[in-house]
Amino acid sequence: MLLEVEDLHVHYGKVEALKGVSLAVAEGEIVSLIGANGAGKTTVLRTISGLRRVTSGRIRFKDRDITHLPGHRRVGAGLCQVPEGRGIFPGMSVMENLEMGAYGRSSRSLADDFERAFALFPLLSERRKQQGGTLSGGEQQMLAIARALMARPQLVMMDEPSMGLAPLMVNQIFDIIAAIHEQGTTVLLVEQNAAQALTRADRAYVLETGKVAKTSDAATLLADDSVRAAYLGVDSTG
Amino acid sequence: MRVLKRSAASPPEGPAGPDQAGTDREGRLERARSRVGSVKGRLARRRAAAVAWRARLPDLTGPVARAWHRLPRWSQWLVRLGIIVLAVLAPADWVGQIMAPASDWKTLLFYPIGIFVLLAVGLNVVVGQAGILDLGYVAFFAIGGYTMALLGVNVGLDFWIILPTAVALCAVSGLVLGTPALRLRGDYLAIVTLGFGEIIRISATNASWTGGPRGIAGIPHPPDIGNLNAFTYGVLDPTPYYYLVLALIVVVIFVARRLERSRVGRAWAAIREDEDAAALMGVPTFRFKLWAFAIGGSIGGGAGVMFSAKNIAITPDNFPLLLSILVLSAVVLGGSGNLPGVILGAFLVAWLPERFRGLADYRVLIFGAALVIMMIFRPEGLLPSRRRRSSLRTGTGAGAAPTAVVEQEEKT
Repeated sequence: MLLEVEDLHVHYGKVEALKGVSLAVAEGEIVSLIGANGAGKTTVLRTISGLRRVTSGRIRFKDRDITHLPGHRRVGAGLCQVPEGRGIFPGMSVMENLEMGAYGRSSRSLADDFERAFALFPLLSERRKQQGGTLSGGEQQMLAIARALMARPQLVMMDEPSMGLAPLMVNQIFDIIAAIHEQGTTVLLVEQNAAQALTRADRAYVLETGKVAKTSDAATLLADDSVRAAYLGVDSTG
Repeated sequence: MRVLKRSAASPPEGPAGPDQAGTDREGRLERARSRVGSVKGRLARRRAAAVAWRARLPDLTGPVARAWHRLPRWSQWLVRLGIIVLAVLAPADWVGQIMAPASDWKTLLFYPIGIFVLLAVGLNVVVGQAGILDLGYVAFFAIGGYTMALLGVNVGLDFWIILPTAVALCAVSGLVLGTPALRLRGDYLAIVTLGFGEIIRISATNASWTGGPRGIAGIPHPPDIGNLNAFTYGVLDPTPYYYLVLALIVVVIFVARRLERSRVGRAWAAIREDEDAAALMGVPTFRFKLWAFAIGGSIGGGAGVMFSAKNIAITPDNFPLLLSILVLSAVVLGGSGNLPGVILGAFLVAWLPERFRGLADYRVLIFGAALVIMMIFRPEGLLPSRRRRSSLRTGTGAGAAPTAVVEQEEKT
């Protein structure tokens, strides 16, 4: 397993946000994490990235315990997150944003990485010098994904990449995620758009109020009556 | 058949008919709506006019900045040298008659002008570059001042030994104060820094070894350098002190510029624009914020040493909360994050109230009104940095909506 999370408990003050979440991601998979608002999806990602401290539990990445590793070191270990709401640096140009993505890397030559990013996102190539804050929502999401890939992660975690985007752009973003996956990057995907997330993923976890309620391969969950009723807006009797 | 013929004969007219009717109806609806909500409409129009007027204000900073970057390197240095020469010639009598007819221009050049510029450049590292809102910056100014006073009076050390000592001590103080405080963000951090400024001042008032409210007197002047008047540090002529502070300003600007363009500077910019995103890119955010706090603090300490070396005596009243606020408003007024802007802001905040001394107490009122007007029409400051301006205009990123999150994690 590339990433293993065991019995993760996380608190915000006295409120327990995660009540023993366990999940695993194998190399080469796309794994989706779905659930309602406040189920703890974002908290799971933020904890794996090291933005939040764990109360108890273990996080292992590439067979190494990273539970107490500072967040900035986890990027170097091969774990990168596309933040919720994109998190573009608005005052930096597209190029500068991409350079920030490679901040934690020691190797100096970024030419290959820029080439790869612009091959995946030709739109960004046209806007190299434009400031991040002036891009449209979809372009910002592309930039956020491209920026995360600059760190050459083995596992990229995405927090609601379809949030606030037009339906056409949502499809495009999911196509890009598939392309990234084909190029050999493992993906852990947090989504509200359960239909898309389950169609594209290999496996999925359903999170309910800080606990894993269900886990299975994505196709089974897509056919599961209770999942259909709760997350896909389909009446289970119909 | 007729219909078919018509549409075939005049294809552009066909669709135009119903379309026109549609816009006509919409137009009528629109007029009715505007009649009903005429007050609302007028307000909106007025707001639009205000925005348009703001857009029409001459914005010279863009073209000037672009022209500056197009200049070859040597002429950029020539311009910089020219500015330094102007600063060296500033204490002339005729300049003083124009700039400050009601007070002693040479004294003003040292304090408040020179000291304010130095403090603003230091605070700009903290606020403008790393985006940490520090409301207690005067704490470092006070620590520097008291270090000079205590080591000079009690130990009898030389100014040139105390200066680096105080700078180092303020850097350490920055680390000590910053380690707990910088785990907070936004409003909470601002309040804690506000508290630090007060703690230092109140401690100095109450401790006996700092002389209590009476402060410390008999602080030695810097030793003379050679026999030149410009380097003879006496009681009467403030010009040599002005040159001393000017030299320190030049050094500090050089260092600040270097930092801004380094890897550290890029990390600060990322933290300022979106701290979480910066952390996810592998920037050790806490460590870099601590660095900014310590570096900014040590510059403030240098200013404090200068201040007390000239003043002979200092009291806790020399380090009020108002000083933190004034220096912060200088940074924001000039253009947070942009060195030339910050220097201009500090100069104006220090000089304008002195220039209009004739208006007595009203000058503070006018100063306040000027600040409010500035924030309405040019919130990014007089000479804004390119980055800061676009983050303000587009309203994305952490800078636009400061998040007050209590940060408990990150053990760097």
